[in-house]
Amino acid sequence: MSFYEQSQRILSPVRAGYIALTFAVALLFNLLPWRDVVGLPDMVALVLTFWCVHEPRRTGIGIAWLMGLLMDAGNGALLGQHAFAYAVLAFAAISLHRRILWFSLWRQAAHVLVLLLASQFLMVAVRLVAGGVFPGYAYFVASVIAAALWPAATYVLLLPQRRPQGLDENRPI
Amino acid sequence: MDYQPPPFFSRGPAPLVRLGFFVSLAVLLMVLDARFRYAESLRQVVALLVYPFQRTALAPVELFGATSEFFTTRVALMRENDELKAKRLLAANDLLTLQALRAENAQLRRLLDARERLPRKSILAEILYQGRDPFSRKVVLDKGSQQGIQAGQAVIDDIGVIGQVTRVHLLLSEVTLVTDKEQRTPVQVVRNGLRAIIYGGGDRGMLDLSNMAANADVQADDVLVTSGIDGTYPAGLPVAKVSRIERDTASFAKITCVPTAGTDRNRQVLVLSREAILPPPPVEPEPGASGLSKQKARQKARTSPGAG
Repeated sequence: MSFYEQSQRILSPVRAGYIALTFAVALLFNLLPWRDVVGLPDMVALVLTFWCVHEPRRTGIGIAWLMGLLMDAGNGALLGQHAFAYAVLAFAAISLHRRILWFSLWRQAAHVLVLLLASQFLMVAVRLVAGGVFPGYAYFVASVIAAALWPAATYVLLLPQRRPQGLDENRPI
Repeated sequence: MDYQPPPFFSRGPAPLVRLGFFVSLAVLLMVLDARFRYAESLRQVVALLVYPFQRTALAPVELFGATSEFFTTRVALMRENDELKAKRLLAANDLLTLQALRAENAQLRRLLDARERLPRKSILAEILYQGRDPFSRKVVLDKGSQQGIQAGQAVIDDIGVIGQVTRVHLLLSEVTLVTDKEQRTPVQVVRNGLRAIIYGGGDRGMLDLSNMAANADVQADDVLVTSGIDGTYPAGLPVAKVSRIERDTASFAKITCVPTAGTDRNRQVLVLSREAILPPPPVEPEPGASGLSKQKARQKARTSPGAG
């Protein structure tokens, strides 16, 4: 039996440009004019958690804070609300990244669910203190859906790193 | 002598330190934004950074709208045409009476020597999307300070008041709906002229007529219109309709209303500019001059019908 729950594959190093591109696409997804869709997953939070778990030296709390600020301005939310929640989310993901990667994808998703729910709780708490209305429990469905997308996100976001760098007939792997 | 690790092991400050720094920065921003409204200029800058993303995100929706408009069937157009004709006939009747009433109103106003109501400037805008912030009720319009929108202006659609512009960006503006918890609108009951202030944020999408005595003369199905007292909203625009009244509470009645205008029905809205000239506040009449002014008023009342 393998030490890991899944076989590990040696990945090529990630490019900083690719991380930036995934953040841009996630932000674009979040800014699409969704009408009153309940349980819309927060893609920026999912991508952020992914890169914090997989590349904790490339992404960190500063980038999380900056993405949160962009989300606040784009959404017309309280300035600093997403920045606060994302900074805490990034910190939790970085602290847990060695643990999370031991598990299979669906168990990783369970970890991510807890992290995303915690960040949503933070946002609700902040807004209730600042005088907002409680958006209803359906608000938290978004985290469940986002966590369910974790295996798919892992597959898609690691695609460029799985590609062989250059074909070589004599290379053993 | 101190021993430093080689530079390639250096990873900057510890995560906990970074977390502390960024969390305190975020908390500082939130306090500045919520309590003192100092963060607006920073918000403007960040919003400008996000603006290309917002426009790009809207592109597929606009494309879909354009194509579906192009393929509208002829039957649908003809039906709409017939409906519009019928509506115009109905409206023509009202329009004729309106002209007569307007003339009469103008004459009466001249008689009263009242200031003629200035028509307000208005800007046609389009709702881009509903605000994504689930904690407040807002919509975003496609016009901003470049097109002359200012914070505080009233926003209406063809049936009533939608809300008020609360934040203006360079090319976008945010409208807080009357149903938002933080939004208050001065209203008046049409039936008896009772003035009140209507609050948003009752049940989902409802309005509350708060601070009304338990025996206040309000009935179900009463229509509430803007009173026009604050100068922000023109008088007489429909705001809401009373739907339920509970009078068994201790001293205040709990009155729930349904908003008249719909934000999900129309995409086009009208942004009304604030009244340019507000009348000066009334001056206390001097005791000696009161008799004189009364005499003058009487004189005016006597002469003006002849002039008109």
